[in-house]
Amino acid sequence: MTLGLINANPIVHAKKERVARCEDPHCDDAVDPDIRDPEHPYSLEQLSVLSEESITVDDKLGRILITFTPTIQHCSMATVIGLCLRVKLQECFPPHYKVDIKVSPGSHADEEAVNKQLNDKERVAAALENPNLRQLVDECLYSNEL
Amino acid sequence: MDFDDEGSNFELKEIQTLSGHTDRVWSLAWNPATGTDDAQPVIASCSGDKTVRIWERSALTRSWDCKAVLEETHTRTVRSCTWSPSGKLLATASFDATTAIWENVGGDFQCVSTLEGHENEVKSVSWNASESLLATCSRDKTVWIWEVMPGNEFECASVLQGHTQDVKMIKWHPTMDILFSCSYDNTIKVWAEDDTGDWHCIQTIVSGHSSTVWAISFNAGGDKMVTCSDDLTLKVWEADIEGMRSGNNQVLWKHLSTLSGYHDRTIFSVHWSREGIIASGAADDAIRFFVESKDSVVDGPSYRLLLKKEKAHDMDVNVVQWSPGENRVMASASDDGTIKIWELATSSN
Repeated sequence: MTLGLINANPIVHAKKERVARCEDPHCDDAVDPDIRDPEHPYSLEQLSVLSEESITVDDKLGRILITFTPTIQHCSMATVIGLCLRVKLQECFPPHYKVDIKVSPGSHADEEAVNKQLNDKERVAAALENPNLRQLVDECLYSNEL
Repeated sequence: MDFDDEGSNFELKEIQTLSGHTDRVWSLAWNPATGTDDAQPVIASCSGDKTVRIWERSALTRSWDCKAVLEETHTRTVRSCTWSPSGKLLATASFDATTAIWENVGGDFQCVSTLEGHENEVKSVSWNASESLLATCSRDKTVWIWEVMPGNEFECASVLQGHTQDVKMIKWHPTMDILFSCSYDNTIKVWAEDDTGDWHCIQTIVSGHSSTVWAISFNAGGDKMVTCSDDLTLKVWEADIEGMRSGNNQVLWKHLSTLSGYHDRTIFSVHWSREGIIASGAADDAIRFFVESKDSVVDGPSYRLLLKKEKAHDMDVNVVQWSPGENRVMASASDDGTIKIWELATSSN
């Protein structure tokens, strides 16, 4: 799978301090800031893809809403980033938690289309069964380059 | 059937939980030839664990046991399963892009045919009433119609294009050879054969649902259907059945009623019972029941909520199916990997 470097010069921000929220002892953060953007060797958070205020957890109802900002408006990797977030969250939270993932409003040209795909669990399940896509997701999540 | 007179106290009693699948259970189907005095009820279920399980209730203990695990055939999630009307064959649709046909040979289920052709995940499969045709649909946006030939041979009769996205489910009309499909493109399409034997789309319902339509179910009379969607509504549609019977392909399905405000997460499954109770299974782990309301002040029937069973499962409910044999007995399956058998009972005061 060839990835053209669509965003050649991302603006890199300094890492923010994070408050631990996750109860899983193996996951010392609600969302791992070190998910690697498939196109860049920096972490997603450094690319301003994630910001802490974009995660809402309702422990009573067992629901999570996460909004993320892809690097640029037409980022073709938005759905892959969304998949990575889903897989990571599944590891951090009990299986009955319901996760809704959206791109932050106005941050993507095909916002509705991306959101629809990311929240269609049948599509997500099929995508994660695709070995190439699964490998990409695993590489993004478990890369130790940083 | 007048549910208003039966007293307002319905409850959904859990009969048994069937465990065994090691991943989410996507769908299930009651064998239509069972559940009578002679044949104990049988259910087929399919899962993300790539297997299909056959469950049967023991005549002696009245308890359900897993009779068979159909494995090492599909190489990916099995998304849907359905028995032929005679109960002799089972069709299973998989993300591996194939549809397998199974036959019970002396208690042993064997894969007697594999239908290939779809470009990617097959989502649903349906037999017509006379068992002469099989339909499948896929994320490749097409619907395929297969002719059932002697010796368990299947021949592709038509590849129907028209949907602009992933086709989630297809269902044959209960009595006529008219095919219905619903899709990620938010529409429902109706397909029929013309005089020259060509299949084409005779109606597209576009201004109905505002998001993915996940399932379709017909009432006993075949003159109404209910659809469920990611837009959090159920919609009821009706058509002139006599017109359809006389071969008029111009008969259109019209919107009758929308049930909104009852679900707050995606509705994955809906099934209309013989008696007229509509059951829904949703992503909020609940099962709901709706019946026609006699209190409607507007033209035409409206529907009311009969019962909501919260936490029917620990996770999303993917399918609800009424038993073809016993009255008010239903099965559901979930992301939690289990199947539950229920009885909708009136609670005595």
